[in-house]
Amino acid sequence: MLILKKFARDIPALIGLVIVIVALIIAIVGPWIAPYPGDIVASHLLQRLKPPSGAFPFGTDNLGRDLLSRVILGTRGALEVAVTVVAVAMAIGVPLGLIAGYVSGWLSEVIMRITDVFLSLPQLVLALALAQLLTPSLESAMAALALTYWPFFTRLVFAETRRLQASLFVDALRGIGAGSGRILFLHILPNAISPVIVRATIGMGFTILVAAVLGFLGMGATPPAPDWGLTISESRNYLPDAWWYSTFPGLAILATVLGFNLLGDGLRDLVDPRLRRSR
Amino acid sequence: MLQFILRRALYAIPSLFGLLIFTFLLIRIVPADPAAALAGDNATPQQIANIRHQYGFDRPIVEQLFLYLGQVLQFNFGESQYSHRPVGLDIRQRLPATLELTLSALLIATSLGVPLGVVAAVYHNRWPDFVLRFFSITGVAIAAFWFAIMLQLLFAMELEWLPLRGRMGNGIVPPPDITGSLILDSLLAGRLDVFWDALRHLVLPAVTLSLGGLATITRFTRAGVLETMQKDFVLYERAVGYPRRRLIWIYVLRNSVIAAVTQIGLLFGALIAGAVVVESIFDWPGIGNYAVLAILTADYKVMLAVTLLIGVIYTVVNILTDLVHGLLDPRLWEQL
Repeated sequence: MLILKKFARDIPALIGLVIVIVALIIAIVGPWIAPYPGDIVASHLLQRLKPPSGAFPFGTDNLGRDLLSRVILGTRGALEVAVTVVAVAMAIGVPLGLIAGYVSGWLSEVIMRITDVFLSLPQLVLALALAQLLTPSLESAMAALALTYWPFFTRLVFAETRRLQASLFVDALRGIGAGSGRILFLHILPNAISPVIVRATIGMGFTILVAAVLGFLGMGATPPAPDWGLTISESRNYLPDAWWYSTFPGLAILATVLGFNLLGDGLRDLVDPRLRRSR
Repeated sequence: MLQFILRRALYAIPSLFGLLIFTFLLIRIVPADPAAALAGDNATPQQIANIRHQYGFDRPIVEQLFLYLGQVLQFNFGESQYSHRPVGLDIRQRLPATLELTLSALLIATSLGVPLGVVAAVYHNRWPDFVLRFFSITGVAIAAFWFAIMLQLLFAMELEWLPLRGRMGNGIVPPPDITGSLILDSLLAGRLDVFWDALRHLVLPAVTLSLGGLATITRFTRAGVLETMQKDFVLYERAVGYPRRRLIWIYVLRNSVIAAVTQIGLLFGALIAGAVVVESIFDWPGIGNYAVLAILTADYKVMLAVTLLIGVIYTVVNILTDLVHGLLDPRLWEQL
């Protein structure tokens, strides 16, 4: 419970937690709280590009759709992408890191060298190239992001496993005849999981950002999806008159990413007290 | 020390080789028919067959690999489907613009980030620290493409202080090409009008690109200075009454800057990647813009060449960073 008390005193982390929870709630109940839930596909040409007002707090877009509704409805897509990408990246990266850290020799070398090559390329550039090669679509964008994010988990779990497998309790487990699979997944993994959770939290924010770039460049969601990046890209033709059109989706991205980053930083301080001093 | 440098350099070879193999496999594994993908959407069966032969897709995979390595070493990446010019030539012409932009962004990020980090550390847990921390957290969370559009909206469209896009105004004759940087070239040629025009064009893209780096450098400098301030020698100097300002800006800073230097190196790679988006928004004629055009028109040869180039720059910069890190901290010479 000490850990909860510590967390409760970390105000930025609490703000992050609140933002993340609010974003999750909006993602779940979005279609019920959006003022005009039909505005994913509908168009009302008589109300195009209306500035923010009581009826349309965020204004309307080039097809007369309510931007507040579209920002709310876009939350689900953004979080779905982030959760899927991070989950797939973990499913690939964590076992590879465990294996590479536990065995030594050529298998470990091969895994870690491949990881290094992936890490030596900027994720955005790699994701763009992969998404295009897989033929552009939302699924390709998600696959590309997951395929470029797993090495971060591998590197992390590798280091943790190396550290843990030299420890006494692992020796003891080997001594009483526990199998490698049992040691790895039941004993080493639970001990290595906290930095993975921190990485996953920060990765959620990072994925939302990169996914927005992909959407903005037309490599992700396709119209009429209320995707934030895509909306900003559509809005560019209506500047400077319709300033609200690009402003509000961008603020939604900023708030969500900020939430995950603040929460991730707070969790890291809890998990790794050594870093606490440097804050 | 020489041994340290050589070892570090050798260490890069597997990475670079891995990068080559990776790009080689990328085009061969991911699309259903690599020759058709390379030839583009409107290619005739004859063109596809030509490409298949030219790239050796009909030959054994090992032979293809050597063919590919040969082409890369000769800087031969084929012809762009979009500009109908050799990709290698396009890249060579566009690279200086990207370097000018990224180095300017790095300069902004470093020259502001280091002092701001020191200020944040000196005012630890007081209001300047809180303000700077808020900005550095926001700077990492902001979508660069959106920030770019907001800057354009405010400074180029509403206030009309700065140009909206491009690297040079219409009707301006560029100075003779010496360094590749328009800013430096115009100064060397004594053309102040061109210099002013180029600088005005550079401001918005460079500021956008520097944002994430500025946040990171501020954060790392702050952490480094805070850590150094705990050291015994600082306590001693303070006890004997050494002037506080000199102590912080000279001795503490020098001992704290190592982590920040590593970050600057890593940042350069991130900046090159960030340039992809920023250049396309500001229509900056560099390789990032080229990459986006290639992606939008499915010009695979350009995509692969730019991916490889950025990967190589990234790897080389990482090694250089390691070397600088080593020069600053001789204790590392013994390791590795």
